[in-house]
Amino acid sequence: MQTNFTAAQLADPQVAESEKILRRCVHCGFCTATCPTYVTLGNELDSPRGRIYLIKDMLENGRPADEQVVTHIDRCLSCLACVTTCPSGVDYMHLVDHARIHIEKTYRRPLADRLIRGLLAKTLPYPGRMRAALTLARFGRPLSPFLKRIQALRPLAAMLDLAPSSPARSSMAGLGIPQASGERRGRVAILSGCAQPVLDPGINDAALRLLARFGVEVVTPEGEVCCGAIVHHMGKEDQALDFARRNVDVWIRELETGGLDAIIITASGCGTTIKDYGHMLRLDPAYRDKAAKVSSLAKDITEYLAGLDLPRLDAKGVTVAYHSACSMQHGQKIVAAPKNLLKTAGFTVRDPAEGHLCCGSAGTYNILQPEISGQLKARKVKNIEATKADVIATGNIGCMTQIATGTAMPILHTVELLDWAYGGPRPQKYKQKAAS
Amino acid sequence: MSEAIQFLPPRDSVMSRRAAIVTDLAELLPPECLVHEARELVPFETDAFVSYRRLPLAVALPKTTAQVAAVLKYCHRYGVPVVPRGAGTSLSGGAIPQEDAVVLCLSKMARILELDYANRTATVQAGVTNLSISEAVGTDGFFYAPDPSSQLACTIGGNIGMNSGGAHCLKYGVTTNNLLGVKMVLVDGAVIELGGKHLDASGYDLLGLICGSEGQLGIVTEATVRLIAKPEGARPVLFGFEASEAAGACVADIIASGIIPVAIEFMDKPAIEICEAFAHAGYPLDVAALLIVEVEGSEAEMDAMLQSIVEIARRHQVKTVRECQSATEAALIWKGRKSAFGATGRIADYICMDGTVPLSKLSYVLNKTAEIVESFGLRVANVFHAGDGNMHPLILFNANDPADAAKAEAAGNEILKLCVDAGGCLTGEHGVGIEKRDLMRHQYSEVDLHQQMAVRAAFDEGWIMNPSKVFPLDGRA
Repeated sequence: MQTNFTAAQLADPQVAESEKILRRCVHCGFCTATCPTYVTLGNELDSPRGRIYLIKDMLENGRPADEQVVTHIDRCLSCLACVTTCPSGVDYMHLVDHARIHIEKTYRRPLADRLIRGLLAKTLPYPGRMRAALTLARFGRPLSPFLKRIQALRPLAAMLDLAPSSPARSSMAGLGIPQASGERRGRVAILSGCAQPVLDPGINDAALRLLARFGVEVVTPEGEVCCGAIVHHMGKEDQALDFARRNVDVWIRELETGGLDAIIITASGCGTTIKDYGHMLRLDPAYRDKAAKVSSLAKDITEYLAGLDLPRLDAKGVTVAYHSACSMQHGQKIVAAPKNLLKTAGFTVRDPAEGHLCCGSAGTYNILQPEISGQLKARKVKNIEATKADVIATGNIGCMTQIATGTAMPILHTVELLDWAYGGPRPQKYKQKAAS
Repeated sequence: MSEAIQFLPPRDSVMSRRAAIVTDLAELLPPECLVHEARELVPFETDAFVSYRRLPLAVALPKTTAQVAAVLKYCHRYGVPVVPRGAGTSLSGGAIPQEDAVVLCLSKMARILELDYANRTATVQAGVTNLSISEAVGTDGFFYAPDPSSQLACTIGGNIGMNSGGAHCLKYGVTTNNLLGVKMVLVDGAVIELGGKHLDASGYDLLGLICGSEGQLGIVTEATVRLIAKPEGARPVLFGFEASEAAGACVADIIASGIIPVAIEFMDKPAIEICEAFAHAGYPLDVAALLIVEVEGSEAEMDAMLQSIVEIARRHQVKTVRECQSATEAALIWKGRKSAFGATGRIADYICMDGTVPLSKLSYVLNKTAEIVESFGLRVANVFHAGDGNMHPLILFNANDPADAAKAEAAGNEILKLCVDAGGCLTGEHGVGIEKRDLMRHQYSEVDLHQQMAVRAAFDEGWIMNPSKVFPLDGRA
């Protein structure tokens, strides 16, 4: 569609990029139909097309962000279902990223909002602080009903509700990384992550066992930090780019010293961001090429496993509802690989209806937008439970935490089921739920 | 922004009471159902006919028929224009507002109310998307037949307003042939029901009048539509030709032989390339024109019909014939076709024409279209419902170049006049909207137009319903 920027505005490379994105949009409206917030709220302003239009209007007029624009951009989950749907190839992801950065730079949020966002940005990306916060949350949970009564404090209540009731422990604590067995098939780094090892260390334990069993040497290079997704989605660009640069340094060093076939990621939310490092650091000449290299090495665990040609196993009599995380299906366009791996490993796989719709987790969304998130969770759980499967599999810790608070069905990471099928222990969560 | 098409000047009586109108509407609707902040009105200024834009006065997003009625009653009383909107996917500007108008958008009324398989009907709110009806009944073996390419997003209310068609309408008819009943609100706020769960109603066919009335006779809030049992099987087959004329003549011969496939879709070379790049459907790239012909029924029925079609195609020197091998492939073939307009956005801005011509004139009109567009120094891609002669030339241009945009509009007008002169009409399924409004005189005499306006006036004497659309602005009664 037509755009209206001055040459001076287009001198800003970020504006120039957004202008190109906007020019692709033909305003056809297809994106509205698969947008979780439009489907829930029924308002153009809470659809991708509406947000594109709000962003266009704000950027063209060189205006600071205002309350209305912020309200509707904040409601965007960044699930990227619209990007999958868009026939014109509008790069909504980078447009809304730009809008979030613009908001962070030009808009002063109300005090409570600032404090909560600051707290999240200073806690979630750091495993030590996250662990401490979860301990506090367990004690603070009785406060949740009181906090819910005050609109501005609802995110705090949501945070308390999401915290698991008992601390998670790694079954492999102190044992180190298992040695690769048999013929050596590759050398990879695995992202340790920030929130995931605190919430559910069993995921990477399973990944390490499985990779070792199939001859893949795994390293966890020193110095790795949060991928930056959490702060990136809050528009905190400097912090996000700082995380990205540190990780690029760590992985490039490992690549140059020991060699790496891939950087394995077991949380698809992180995967989407790391695959975007090349773009995030495109304006930094010192990091541009290194970041692009890292992005090209980044692989979701299922993407990597699909290349290993794992042996076909007999049917297990276990039915799995596969929930495709938005960052998996829309962000990384990985659709068939996880399901094919599960089928090859002997599981029966079912696709829940409305699989394209977000579960409402979306990074910090379930904390910052608890009402919409809750509605999406209920819809997702209803569709998953209708499959009458024994267990839910997915590839993202955020979805696991979110969906687990809405259903009694056990929910596991795809790699936990694969590890079990190929000789690993039966996952704890499946045991507990099956026994109860 | 293009300026060739005018809107009615805003009414002073409305503009001077702007603030009061917003205050009054806030009394009638819950807070989340009213948009009036300046910033928030901007995304409602246009639809998929994005070259034209006008900010509305306010946007109402009612959740119930009662709220629709309350807003209409208010607007009627104070002479405030009303522009109905569904999903805002109109290609003719049917949902573009104007400065003194309240947009009545039914996007929050998106529930399926009843599925009645015994009577083979679905009753839905007007904001339900076209495709979601077929999705809701698909596992039970049914579907809703009209399938506009925007069916993923467009609403049933909008389909009724424009009497929408789609690829599969060749066999099953357009919206009016599949609509059994509506609940609607008249301009004064009265709620009425027309039709029911049966094929015909006693008395005048008022339902037929409402269908295609472009939101000028009232606002439909609920619809009862026909469900059709899915066929045993369906198979799209690709026919590639060396020349567009041969493909056009082949279509005419298929229809003339008495065969009615479910769909016959046409794509020329530019359209094939655009759609293939998006959908990777396996369209042949070495042909000048492609027909997607879908047959359905039992295997024997499909084989027999296909055999006859292939024989006809051979007489027109068909170059490639490819039957699709799987359901996935069939889905990709249709995904590519149905995304054609949007996918065109990857290479250029476009406006999409909607003229319909007699099949015998298909090749002639295709050739003439190419000449017209070339004479303006522009490019064209053709992708359309060939089986019912419903042409969709996409005129490609650069929206950031006003001269280019003006040329595209002028070329479009020439093409539509050509369709009329060839014995066809201005619009097959997209409606008149604002886009073809000023061409209505090319199709109709003054007497014809006045008779139509007289019907309109019987419903809305004060011209508040979607007033800038359908009829030329001068010479209104």
